[in-house]
Amino acid sequence: MSQKHFDVLVIGGGVVGCAMARHFTLAGASVALLEKAPDVLDGASKGNSAILHTGFDAPPDSLELACIQRGHALYLRDHAGLQLPILRTGALVLAWNAEQMAKLPALIAKGQANGVSDIRMLSRAQILAREPHLSETVVGGFEVPGEVVIDPWTTAHVYLLQAMANGATLLRSAEVLSGDFDGAHWRLRTSADEITGKQVINCAGLYGDIVDTALLGESTFFIRPRKGQFLVFDKAASRLSSSILLPVPTDKTKGIVICPTIFGNLLVGPTAEDQDSRTDASTDRETLESLRMTGKRMLPGLASFEVTAAYAGLRPACAAPGYQVRRVPDMNYVSVGAIRSTGLSAALGLAEQVAEMLGRGDHVPMIDPQMPEVERLSDYHGRDWQEPGYGEIVCHCERVTRREIDRVLAGPMPPRSLQGLKRRTRVCMGRCQGFYCRGTVAQICGDRLDMPQEDAA
Amino acid sequence: MNVEEREILAFCAVAIVGGGTAGLSLATELRHLGVGDVVVIERETEAGGVPRHCGHYPFGLREYGRLMKGPDYARRNVAEAQEAGVRVLTGTAVTGLHPGGVLDLSGNAGSARLSALRVVLCTGVREASRAQRFLGGDRPPGVVATGTLQDMVYLKGLRPFDRPVILGSELVSLSAIMTCRHLGITPLAMIEEEERLIARPLFRPFPALMGVRLHTGVRDLRIHGRDRVEAVSFFDRYGGAVSLETDGVIVSGRFRPEAALISDSHLERDPGTGGPVVDQFGRCSDPSYFAAGNLLRAAETSGWCWREGVDTARRIVADIARYGVQPATNAPLPIQFSHPALRFVVPQGIAPGGSQGAMVQMQLGLERPFSGRLVARSAGKVLWSGRLSGAPVRRVLAPLAPILHARLSAPVDLALE
Ligand SMILES: Cc1cc2nc3c(=O)[nH]c(=O)nc-3n(C[C@H](O)[C@H](O)[C@H](O)COP(=O)(O)OP(=O)(O)OC[C@H]3O[C@@H](n4cnc5c(N)ncnc54)[C@H](O)[C@@H]3O)c2cc1C
Ligand SMILES: Cc1cc2nc3c(=O)[nH]c(=O)nc-3n(C[C@H](O)[C@H](O)[C@H](O)COP(=O)(O)OP(=O)(O)OC[C@H]3O[C@@H](n4cnc5c(N)ncnc54)[C@H](O)[C@@H]3O)c2cc1C
Repeated sequence: MSQKHFDVLVIGGGVVGCAMARHFTLAGASVALLEKAPDVLDGASKGNSAILHTGFDAPPDSLELACIQRGHALYLRDHAGLQLPILRTGALVLAWNAEQMAKLPALIAKGQANGVSDIRMLSRAQILAREPHLSETVVGGFEVPGEVVIDPWTTAHVYLLQAMANGATLLRSAEVLSGDFDGAHWRLRTSADEITGKQVINCAGLYGDIVDTALLGESTFFIRPRKGQFLVFDKAASRLSSSILLPVPTDKTKGIVICPTIFGNLLVGPTAEDQDSRTDASTDRETLESLRMTGKRMLPGLASFEVTAAYAGLRPACAAPGYQVRRVPDMNYVSVGAIRSTGLSAALGLAEQVAEMLGRGDHVPMIDPQMPEVERLSDYHGRDWQEPGYGEIVCHCERVTRREIDRVLAGPMPPRSLQGLKRRTRVCMGRCQGFYCRGTVAQICGDRLDMPQEDAA
Repeated sequence: MNVEEREILAFCAVAIVGGGTAGLSLATELRHLGVGDVVVIERETEAGGVPRHCGHYPFGLREYGRLMKGPDYARRNVAEAQEAGVRVLTGTAVTGLHPGGVLDLSGNAGSARLSALRVVLCTGVREASRAQRFLGGDRPPGVVATGTLQDMVYLKGLRPFDRPVILGSELVSLSAIMTCRHLGITPLAMIEEEERLIARPLFRPFPALMGVRLHTGVRDLRIHGRDRVEAVSFFDRYGGAVSLETDGVIVSGRFRPEAALISDSHLERDPGTGGPVVDQFGRCSDPSYFAAGNLLRAAETSGWCWREGVDTARRIVADIARYGVQPATNAPLPIQFSHPALRFVVPQGIAPGGSQGAMVQMQLGLERPFSGRLVARSAGKVLWSGRLSGAPVRRVLAPLAPILHARLSAPVDLALE
């Protein structure tokens, strides 16, 4: 590493940390992002529903609402330039009985109060005309056109890659263990190197409270992870719904959603299971079976489609409601905690918010920042295999080419694990789950997946 | 997508999707029968299909009168096809099927459209993934199917783990033991959720002979580990909690057709087999398309699939001779059933056109063990009835001729009594 002193030290390579690194880099600061895991996106950002929310159901007048809406707007503004895809699905909030029907007006009013002006009540007939595969038992609902689907991993990767293309440094396998502030600078001790910087932004997600405690001696919140299990249905099932199908939320959760993915599948989930463990993202058969049942109740056609995958994600939730974003003024420190279930949507907004909290500084924003090279993984947009010269198709289910894999392995942020390669290319993530290509992938990667500590820009 | 929108770049008489056992024997036989332009399209860089990585016996006995290992057998099938003048396009994936026998192809050189008088789908089978089996627990790497393990071991020279456990107890699970032995390792255990070994009774002593502990009737199987497999846990048949320290899991069996192309196309798919709906000639719902090999149903031996390829070639030649460029629109009468012990039947329907050259047996798939009578009726009249006994995953056959010879005017109803 050429430079060990930075303007901004971002702790955590989840989507929030990645957006933070990008924002401060483009604002002209020198940034280092420290991630404890061998690869980024190893925490909450590993498994979510990938919906870019409008905030229609977010707590009114909250920081969360403001960040979601700003994040949504910034994504719409920047995605084309960054070559990030959008699947414009819109969402339908559906009532399945009279009791749920009775709750719709209040939900619509809340959405409108939150500034989401294009919500539209739909009759049962309108809903069934739009989504003919829905169960006839649907009673009514409304439409939120602005809820759309994005790529959960490429989005975060691209934020970070753009930061790196413009000078930011990524340190992986660098867990922040402790640190001190001398009144002007932070010195952080990590499991790799020691590193210094003027500002610290804690984006440690599921470990936000632990990092606060390690660096400040206390935390004002306590993370209680909330697990969400999902079933991913076969791509052919995507013809059953072109919209995000949301239930009427209860006090505790948004409930089980049916959601198209940008990769062409249909998701059913997530559950909401409070737990102590910050690492246990296991699935269990009983829950998966019940998700399948729930899915079939809403979309009876799902009965004849296979499941492609099952996974779980952990939300960095805590007992107190809302995001726990706090600036510690005389310590050049911001804690971005408990970004529980909307962080993918809010990330760009949060970054702007934190920058405002920290003040402008004497940096000069970049005028014409570099754009990173982006892998195009959306099934609804052009893919690499559609252009000649790709070598061979390695993963046939997801049509991942040798050229893409080689590019990612040789790129500025090579994966360190099979999981990382999957998130960057989609190998082994399709129908056969690696039956055909896992051996070839292992051979191509050889010993290239376990690589040294550091990738400086 | 509309076929007319894009240029058709090439034509051939018969295009075969998949250069495995069935595709190659079918192509070879077509050439022997004098069909001019036969193309096999294979997405891997080498043709041969699954036997390429079955580094064990017994293959080829019926076909070539010799006991061969899988890779030799695969090479022989490829050589026979090439000698017969079949064009084998490797490294070329079929990415779409269109009405009337038009295929989208993709290879390193680019994309193309191929139009054929008849297309045959021979894309084979694979094993169910852990997700498809709803296996719970963590999701570390190191969980692979038997086929994947064989590919890693026999073709890539890799050694993914040292003391794995095997999930499943089908014939292919026993191959997994052999593949491990090839690496010089003995699996820790073979674990089966069913009450007993699924492979035929003949093979029941096999795991023990190989020094592999067998656990059947297990419940709540889970995989543990974060960056690697560290353990599996389950409750054994007596309800006792068992945890085994292991570094890999071979998820074996529960074959299913590789029917991705069909799911994404206009062709009708049978949820029972997971493969295409076919009539007694192996014709799909679009009569320009035929299917053969394990795509039809999971899963038969290579010898069976080879034979099926040959038979299907003859049916195709007869079909072209009879109907020419424009195949008959076939409106088959379905073979239907409602008994919960029945999972599938192949063929799924009977088309007009009789029995000449047609399948002689129907293949049944059972949901659970059954022993009793199978009765085939149409419009209330009994067409055939006979003893049937079998179990899931096993080969179960019944004669088709009595049904083909009846002049059907209504669907065929199968009943188990
Ligand atoms: C089931 C589920 C569904 C969801 N659906 C959606 C959705 O549809 N739309 C949406 O917008 N949001 C959704 N979310 C929420 C979203 O995924 C999260 O809000 C977001 O991922 C939080 O990101 P983060 O960067 O704050 O945390 P994380 O992703 O957890 O990132 C924190 C990172 O910090 C690292 N770290 C921790 N401790 C240290 C240390 N000491 N030193 C260095 N690094 C450290 C971790 O390894 C981790 O990589 C969902 C979440 C879940 C679980
Ligand atoms: C793990 C495993 C182990 C087995 N072990 C044995 C054994 O020991 N003995 C035995 O007799 N049988 C065994 N079998 C059964 C095996 O299926 C048959 O032996 C035989 O290979 C079936 O022939 P097939 O032509 O139907 O399919 P395959 O041999 O599987 O051939 C299908 C071919 O189609 C190609 N293909 C698929 N999709 C496309 C596409 N879109 N475009 C182009 N090409 C495509 C594939 O790459 C493949 O080469 C095993 C099967 C598996 C999965």
